[in-house]
Amino acid sequence: MANYIVMPKLSDTMTEGTLVKWRKKEGDKVEVGDVIAEIETDKATMEMEAFDDGILNKHLIQEGTKVLVGNRIGLILGKGESAPVDAPAVAAAAPVDKEAPEKPASAVNGAPAAQQAAAPRPSTPAAAPVQRNDGERIRISPFARKLAQEKGIDISTVTGTGPGGRIIAADIESAKPGAVSAAPAAAKPAAAPVAATPAGAGDQRLPLSGMRRVIAERLLTSKTTIPHFYLNIEVDAGPLMKLRAEVNAASEAAGGTKITVNDFVLKAVIAAAVKVPAVNASFDGDAIIQYANVNLCVAVAVEDGLVTPVVREAQKKSLREISESVKDLAGRARSKKLKPEEYQGGTITVSNLGSYGIESFSAIINPPQAMIVSVGAIVKKPVVGPNDQIIAGQRLGIGLSADHRVVDGAVGAQYLAELRKFIESPTLMLL
Amino acid sequence: MPEITYREAIRHALAEELERDENVVVIGEEVAEYDGAYKVTEGLWKRFGDKRIVDTPISEAAFIGMGVGASMLGLRPVMELMFWSFATVAWDQIINNAGFVRYMSGGLINCPIVIRGPANGGTGVGATHSHTPENMLANIPGLKVVCPATAYDAKGLLKTAIRDNDPVMFLESTLLYGNLGEVPTEEYLIPLGVADVKREGTDITLIAHGGAVLTALKAAELLAAEHDISAEVVDLRSIRPLDEETILKSVRKTHRAVLIEENKPFCGVGAQISSMLMQKAFDDLDAPVLRISAIDAPAIYSPHLEAKQLPRPTDVIAKVLSIC
Repeated sequence: MANYIVMPKLSDTMTEGTLVKWRKKEGDKVEVGDVIAEIETDKATMEMEAFDDGILNKHLIQEGTKVLVGNRIGLILGKGESAPVDAPAVAAAAPVDKEAPEKPASAVNGAPAAQQAAAPRPSTPAAAPVQRNDGERIRISPFARKLAQEKGIDISTVTGTGPGGRIIAADIESAKPGAVSAAPAAAKPAAAPVAATPAGAGDQRLPLSGMRRVIAERLLTSKTTIPHFYLNIEVDAGPLMKLRAEVNAASEAAGGTKITVNDFVLKAVIAAAVKVPAVNASFDGDAIIQYANVNLCVAVAVEDGLVTPVVREAQKKSLREISESVKDLAGRARSKKLKPEEYQGGTITVSNLGSYGIESFSAIINPPQAMIVSVGAIVKKPVVGPNDQIIAGQRLGIGLSADHRVVDGAVGAQYLAELRKFIESPTLMLL
Repeated sequence: MPEITYREAIRHALAEELERDENVVVIGEEVAEYDGAYKVTEGLWKRFGDKRIVDTPISEAAFIGMGVGASMLGLRPVMELMFWSFATVAWDQIINNAGFVRYMSGGLINCPIVIRGPANGGTGVGATHSHTPENMLANIPGLKVVCPATAYDAKGLLKTAIRDNDPVMFLESTLLYGNLGEVPTEEYLIPLGVADVKREGTDITLIAHGGAVLTALKAAELLAAEHDISAEVVDLRSIRPLDEETILKSVRKTHRAVLIEENKPFCGVGAQISSMLMQKAFDDLDAPVLRISAIDAPAIYSPHLEAKQLPRPTDVIAKVLSIC
């Protein structure tokens, strides 16, 4: 039987993939399980295996081509079969990318062109989307669909709470203004800077990588749909630095690896979340999901963006185990070798810009989490000592950005107080 | 307002119409001297005599045929079937004669007959005595079908049925005969084709007829008490003509509907209404329309099993919770 190979969905946020390399040539024999191609997703480059035996009859797309998930990329034929007449069927692939680069250049005013380019489909304004970004059909009741149209709500951004995840009227009613596109016709704002200056001489137009697109979409969703609030503290990092020196001296003597300042901070973040479990949660339409485990996301800067691999059940891990798994995950994140399950399902994120000398900042929440902790650099500063004398202190700035639908100011403050306690009395976190 | 039984309400309707119009006659097995198999016609023979209250042999085909003929000539016979189950032997008389004579005669002959009797399961009388043929009857263009759930409705609807100039099938329930309900002493009529909202609600519409209305009301009560769900109960009262307006108005308010009937599921009344809702209320639905009916088997003889065969309030609640 003739079997088309389609672009596989290799992560929950993957909507399109780039065929980096064909590992089987046209005419090659293929068996189930053979690696036939390498696919770059939004997060990693992965090997794609054959699901059918036969001969790889045709590469329907060339190396370096980006296509939507589900589009045909190749054809496998059984013995003695010939290709179906309708074989080349990639026409529908990624129309957005093909059209986008040409238009802004010719536009007199950047804005309309940018909007056009960013419109997901050249559809009529009133037509509601039938698919989510990931290609899945949207399950929505007829009444909810009508309601969404009346209110101008983009149903692809609404989470369904009905049976089987169906969007029902209550979900539309509770959809926050952030999920509302000003008018149904308005372009999906993810990739649409309002006034993109047209590329002039010497300027470059850099097409979005899969990762950059996901970052743009997720953080825009976060900042526009989650009511953020921000708290900041400065803690005394002296005791932590002292303990770290002791631990590492002992560790080094035993031939072990060094524990970083960040490892200590992560451990404190986890320990504080156990004390104040209300922050380890997500907002889910008509309910708050309170997580049993602290699955800690660690923001890792990579070549053209960032990924947030997850240390699972982090509350059960020792300082050393945390240190080792972060090192492992970060290393593989940089070489794009993370498996999808390794960057999914986090409940709290920590972003540390201390190594860049940033003293304090407020990060954007990594949805659907309710909180992100921003860690700055440890800086020597004059501080007022217990007897009103000025002493040299080692200070660490920590920011908390929280989803006010889930976490109130007092709860956030309580969490930071716990965090301060663990960092300023770091032996507590080793208990 | 005095409370009387459903049985008495029917009897009062008969008596009032017998009194009002000398063309009204009551005909059936044991309706006269024995006072009726279920005592609905009790006392009528003594009061109105042999010419108005007529006993017949056990011969449905014959006496229904006779009633159809009499109605063509100007009488207004009210025929009692001991069970609607026995209508099958008079099917030709009911459908081809009563149902179609107006059409077949080009409108020259009409047939102001009422055929009434109990049509319900749940009493352990077995498959051949437990038919609920309202869906079969309603399938015939030319027949009107009425299924009252309360004493008030039974009286008002029967009086209207007797005055109707076309054949009206009036389906009662032996399980409802003893139920008390408030019925005014002054005369009233309930038009055919007007449903009644028996309980107001905002979250879901329960649509039922006959005995299932009481099941729906009980379920609605429990849904409010235990699940904080406000169910509206629409009693169809007549299956044909069907009051689409009231059904649609309710569903457009609640956006959900569950259809309950004691009939069998296949091609049941609920199937007809859910199809109508698909066509006319599609954009108002927030959940699929669900149906509850008897389990699809002949009425089960064992009372324990039969009790499970028919829709219970718990069945309604489970269905409602699956979409609320």
